[in-house]
Amino acid sequence: MKVNEVPQDKRDFKEGDKLKKLVYAVQEDGRYTGVNSAGWEAENFAMKQAWDDINEKLADTEKKVREGALSPLAYFMQKNLMDIALLARYAGKWQWQVKRHFKPDVFKQLDREIVGKYAGIFNITVEELITFGSKQ
Amino acid sequence: MNDKVFTHYQHAHCESGVTANLLRHEGVSISEPMAFGIGAGLFFGHLPMLKVNGAPGTTYRIWPGAIFKRVCERLDIKIHAQRFRDQGEAMLALDNVLATGKPVGILGSVFYLPYLPEAFRFHFNAHNLVAYGKENGEYLISDPIMETATRIAPEDLVKCRFAKGVPEPRGFMYYVTGVPDKPDFAKAIQQGIKQMCFFMFPPLPWFGNSAIFLLANRIQAYPQKLTPRKAALYLGNVIRMQEEIGTGGGGFRYLFAAFLQEAGQLLQRDDLLHYSEELTIIGDEWRNFAYSAARIMKVRTSDVVSYDELSELLRRCGAHERDLFRKMQQIKW
Repeated sequence: MKVNEVPQDKRDFKEGDKLKKLVYAVQEDGRYTGVNSAGWEAENFAMKQAWDDINEKLADTEKKVREGALSPLAYFMQKNLMDIALLARYAGKWQWQVKRHFKPDVFKQLDREIVGKYAGIFNITVEELITFGSKQ
Repeated sequence: MNDKVFTHYQHAHCESGVTANLLRHEGVSISEPMAFGIGAGLFFGHLPMLKVNGAPGTTYRIWPGAIFKRVCERLDIKIHAQRFRDQGEAMLALDNVLATGKPVGILGSVFYLPYLPEAFRFHFNAHNLVAYGKENGEYLISDPIMETATRIAPEDLVKCRFAKGVPEPRGFMYYVTGVPDKPDFAKAIQQGIKQMCFFMFPPLPWFGNSAIFLLANRIQAYPQKLTPRKAALYLGNVIRMQEEIGTGGGGFRYLFAAFLQEAGQLLQRDDLLHYSEELTIIGDEWRNFAYSAARIMKVRTSDVVSYDELSELLRRCGAHERDLFRKMQQIKW
């Protein structure tokens, strides 16, 4: 890759334009040098696609939470890009326990302590966690 | 007590960047490509059974932690490295070293680094950065992928250092304790190249050169085995790993080519300069592959012909690399 071939395709989502990565490219005289790149179309697209996929799944889960089919825990887990294994690890629970907490009825009866722990993992307040998706 | 001010340099890759920045601070003149090459950072791996963020794991470089360790071993640099069970203990140990004026390498998760654009913040637990001081309750941070030095609040740094998942950094931190007067670069370069070539030809299908062909076969089968959506996500993951922060799309091939060039100049060896040029061309081929993959992703096609062509591009990268690394194995030192 020559210096003038270093891609400068703007990464215009999720503050992506804040970072100009350094890449190595070949100068006219054949020597390698570091050049800043605003982004690369192929990577931007792959990254955007990954985020779109996350957001689609998240919207789906949000709907289920609002319908009362899932507890808010499922929503915030996905919002924080976690899966059940990772959330269980953070919470110090078994995976089947976390899965059980996805049931709205079980979630409502959880100890304040456990709910507080979950809220802490997601960096939100207990109120935000338990009221999410409930009918006002 | 060390009063020298820490200087931040931006680099392409986190681990080789941290290695270069830490060693430069200690007076060892080393570039990022040199650190990457001596650490034998170049690699390939494809693990269909290991799912990372829902897609099969693919890597273009050696596992995290190897580069720093190997560079220090090969240049006879003394280091101290430590993991912790307790968060408070880990932060206290960091503060104590920072108080002596020594910059400290830190391993952690990018998810908990607020200074990074959100687009990059996934649960990736093997990011390297340097803490080089504390001011007004905040840590001074030199993250090699950033253009400038930055800061982070202690509560964020704790989360970053004690992220859970695979792998778990457990507060891992490392710093240089001693450097030799004249590090032997010639020997280190030789060891780096030899090891890189050796690791490219293991007797396992998931690692090294043969894994490129494994991936090619898998990709060829995507249209039959996966929904167009899933196939696009899998391809996207391959591209993202190939461009894993600052390789310019060449999957670290340009970085290693830059190393070969620098090594060739330092040791006055034309063969290394020549191999550098060859590897640059291979890097361009990788980039072409990623371009073509992105095109297929965009249309979400299950057109068998385009997947056939794509896997053929990949096999060509693999074949050219095999030839080059086999030749490099025969280098007479």
